[in-house]
Amino acid sequence: MANITKKIRTLFPQATFEGDENKPLVVIPNAQWHELAKALRNDPEMAMDYLVTIVGMDWTENLGCIYYLMNSVTDEVVGVKVLAEGTRQQPVIDSVADLWPVAVTYEREVYDFFGIIFLNNPDMRRLFLNIDWVGYPLRKDYDANPAINPVSTESERQTDFTDVYTRNEKGEVVKNEVRVFQKDDFVVNIGPQHPATHGVLRFRTAVDGETIKKIDVYMGYIHRGVEKLCEDLMYPQTLHYMDRLDYFSAHNYHHALCMIIEKAAGIEISRRAQVIRVMMDELSRIASHCLFIGTYCMDLGATTMLFYTLRVREQILDIMEKTCGARMTFNYDCIGGVMQDLAPDFVADVKALLEVLPKNIKEYNEVFTGNVIAKNRMEGVGVLSKEDAIAYGVTGPSGRASGWACDMRKHMPYSIYSELDFEEVLATEGDSMARFKCRLREIEESAKILAQLVDNIPDGEYCVKVPKMLKLPAGSWFQITEGCRGAFGLYLESDGSPKPFRLKIAPPCLPQAAAVDHITRGQKIADLITIGGSLDYIVPDIDR
Amino acid sequence: MQDLSFITEWIDSSLRALMPGWLTVTVECLLIGVGLLLVYALLALFYIYYERKVCAAFQCRLGPNRVGPWGLLQSFADMFKMLIKEIIHLNHIDRFLFALAPYLVIIASMLAFAVLPWGNGIQIINFNIGIFFLIAVSSIGVLGILLAGWSSNNKYTLIGSLRSGAQMVSYELSIGLSVITMVCLAGTMSVEGIVAEQQDLWFIFKGHIPAIIAFVIYMIAGTAETNRGPFDLPEAESELTAGYHTEYSGMHFGFFYLAEYLNLFIVSGVAALLFFGGWMPLHIPGWEAFNYIMDYIPSVVWFVGKAIVLSFIIIWFKWTFPRLRIDQLLALEWKYLLPINLVNLVLMVLIIVFNWHF
Amino acid sequence: MEVTTKSMPYEAFKDNEYIEKLVDELRASGTNIVVGSLDKLINWGRSNSIWPLTFATSCCGIEFVSLGAARFDMARFGWEVARSSPRQADFMMVAGTIVHRMVPVFRRLYDQLAEPKYVIACGSCAISGGPFLKSYHVAKGIEDIVPVDVFVPGCPPRPEAMIYGIMQLSRKIKVERFFGGVNRKQKQEEFLAAHPVEGVKD
Repeated sequence: MANITKKIRTLFPQATFEGDENKPLVVIPNAQWHELAKALRNDPEMAMDYLVTIVGMDWTENLGCIYYLMNSVTDEVVGVKVLAEGTRQQPVIDSVADLWPVAVTYEREVYDFFGIIFLNNPDMRRLFLNIDWVGYPLRKDYDANPAINPVSTESERQTDFTDVYTRNEKGEVVKNEVRVFQKDDFVVNIGPQHPATHGVLRFRTAVDGETIKKIDVYMGYIHRGVEKLCEDLMYPQTLHYMDRLDYFSAHNYHHALCMIIEKAAGIEISRRAQVIRVMMDELSRIASHCLFIGTYCMDLGATTMLFYTLRVREQILDIMEKTCGARMTFNYDCIGGVMQDLAPDFVADVKALLEVLPKNIKEYNEVFTGNVIAKNRMEGVGVLSKEDAIAYGVTGPSGRASGWACDMRKHMPYSIYSELDFEEVLATEGDSMARFKCRLREIEESAKILAQLVDNIPDGEYCVKVPKMLKLPAGSWFQITEGCRGAFGLYLESDGSPKPFRLKIAPPCLPQAAAVDHITRGQKIADLITIGGSLDYIVPDIDR
Repeated sequence: MQDLSFITEWIDSSLRALMPGWLTVTVECLLIGVGLLLVYALLALFYIYYERKVCAAFQCRLGPNRVGPWGLLQSFADMFKMLIKEIIHLNHIDRFLFALAPYLVIIASMLAFAVLPWGNGIQIINFNIGIFFLIAVSSIGVLGILLAGWSSNNKYTLIGSLRSGAQMVSYELSIGLSVITMVCLAGTMSVEGIVAEQQDLWFIFKGHIPAIIAFVIYMIAGTAETNRGPFDLPEAESELTAGYHTEYSGMHFGFFYLAEYLNLFIVSGVAALLFFGGWMPLHIPGWEAFNYIMDYIPSVVWFVGKAIVLSFIIIWFKWTFPRLRIDQLLALEWKYLLPINLVNLVLMVLIIVFNWHF
Repeated sequence: MEVTTKSMPYEAFKDNEYIEKLVDELRASGTNIVVGSLDKLINWGRSNSIWPLTFATSCCGIEFVSLGAARFDMARFGWEVARSSPRQADFMMVAGTIVHRMVPVFRRLYDQLAEPKYVIACGSCAISGGPFLKSYHVAKGIEDIVPVDVFVPGCPPRPEAMIYGIMQLSRKIKVERFFGGVNRKQKQEEFLAAHPVEGVKD
């Protein structure tokens, strides 16, 4: 880390550094930003090839972005803060879409929420909100009056054009219109109400016969504005939204937010609470992957598998229900530990689960994985190379299926993961089959973790005392954890009040949805379902 | 085996005694029509229930069990509902073709019923090219599906119907060739003749290797012909919402829904006819007592029973296999099934010529 | 740790004032015997065959999947024929949040359902906006968009609650009338007249 800071210091004397010594935030004016980004990306010593997220910020006096970059080999993370140029009406930052393809989507998101225009981004439309939406909701001065943006039953205005902002010779920002599709493309609209999009995602698909030419992914059909809502709530209150993002990783996301708040507030939690949290995380990972296998097989036409996998899921939900009192939105992890103690038969239930799990996995393999049709449908379909996986930020089992070691439990160990013995599941093929098998094997790894912990739950208190009115010191924190679907980033900025100043959620599913266009080109329509299913995105997680 | 044709003959003669010949034929046609409709509806309802129960069994569930005893009345409730469900009138469609399509589909499967050998002497028409007629009329169905997809003015239905067209035209070949293989063995195209030929031994045993190959191919192609999983691409639910009948509602959709199950019955019925002796009881040469007992089971039960058992296999396919992709589907037909079928036909001819069959 | 909850007595599940009131209202005008028995037959069919539209936006949708799975098995009641095409479905389980961008799509889906059509608002998001009530992009309940027949509270409702909700709908259908008389349809028409889709003249 230190040599990267030194290098930036020598290359860019204009850059300043904020925050603590170990993890400084590089602050750079927009004029040098693209140069710095190029250096960070291409310099062999830094090689920041994975763009974790772009956090749009509104510090009321100026707007800007915080870029989090990561080296996929050394796991070093660099944060770069870029202040926008221009007025508040038209703030401008240079796009880095030419360096990291996933930035196209991230920058659209920032534009949607903060109105920051990214120069040279090939597709500068709003991402989640309507084309006619008034205002930028995450700005601090946003007028939330419902009369300005009323609920309308009229179909939203559609356009075939997208905007590209560039600078002309005089240095002025000019807007150019570009067609999304070619003029005579046959565009099929898949979604938002479609059985295979796993929720309400919409693909505008240009097809040539059955072959896909291009996909324009439309999101926002379940955009609920969680980030804005959190800014209005006390820290303990923000937790319960984590259940409703990726509802399969409810525990994992809760865990992540609790951890970042505890880190900021300097709260030490008991070993017992940590073990409970990790066990719950792994249980939800198994449940999530089970449901993935089921719905994925159902997408491919093998409906029966869903019922076999849900059997295991129900068993896990029973365990959760006994302890947490709910089947889906548990709200179990809290700041300082967990809500309540484990149910008395938790250990016995987990052991029973671990016993049936191998038999079930064997059954899944027999029924589906070995099937010749399933093999033909999945092998070689939707190949995502390792480089592309990193460039598009496809993490989680999907990224690991392409050979990218990106398990944050291994690479940025948190909680007690560094003490545990488990394998990072990796494959090299990068096709749908590999993504499917990776998840199957991850179930086994999670079971391994559970087996290590189930007999070693230490005694102690499950929750430490935390002041009801929790105030965090002013500052910012960034944390990446591993959800069920990939790297889940959280950025928290506090101004010293009991409410977060900004809570940015960097979900794993957004880059996966953004990569759909890249992966599906040249494949058949039926493959879109295979590929979409194998990426396993959860739409409320994309849209937040 | 009791010949049931005396019933039809008695009806015919008593009617002729009452009225002139032309009226008799008209009344008989009407009677048959009504009877056919009744059988048709009941069979479809039974099949819907049957599939739901079988599927539930595969999926460790119970299936319908609340409406009527064991849920038996479930499909009746569905039918009543469907009958009075609104039929939505759409704008920007080809109204005539849109309305015509479901009738074409249902007529195609109904016509096929006419030549099925329901029992000893119970057959609506018996003529010397029965099996040929069956293949011909069952191809009308694809026309209905194509029209439905085209006239709906919807991209999903269009893709669905085009897939269906490609699929049906291809798999018709396999069906036709495996039927011809069996017709070679029977030496006749008449349905009655084919059944009579299997008096001693069903064709699947008589023709041994080529007959078994033809049977397997027929079942695969038959599943594809009925648009059922794993070949349900035209209505692939997770890809094309409901495929070619996405825009149909009410009873028009009901026709497609019923036709699917009736085609299932027809495909398994024809399989029963060609490979398992139609209504002919199971006879094993030499086991006189056994054959005698088997003869006591009515022929109608034999035929329907065989068809139901064979449809169980097709339902089993659906709830086990994932769906194929369109190119894989066509590759399976043109690269594998068709060549195998042609070789199989030659093999069958050789076996007949050299009299190697049982 | 023994969990003791004072549960609802079983009979109370059948006790439903709202439906009783509706029945009284319907019976008040009297009915012809032939029409009445036909109505009974039709209602028997309709109430026993309610096919859902596969429609889910978020968490509740997953509980709806659980409802179809072996443990809760909605196939017992004949509800498992989930249709993907709105033209062929009977009711819509609004499972999940409806946001601004989804509203036109949702309303169109409702309009595409063939009569008789019913709506179940499932989960607190669909009922009122739920935990996202204060959001800038969430519709505050679907009642302003489509007429709702049954509300199933919960976040998300347990599958048992969903079963109860659909059974309640089934009871409601049973007291409807197909041939004339006051019925739900009239109310629905009034609602639709009061909530026209903007920009569409029909």
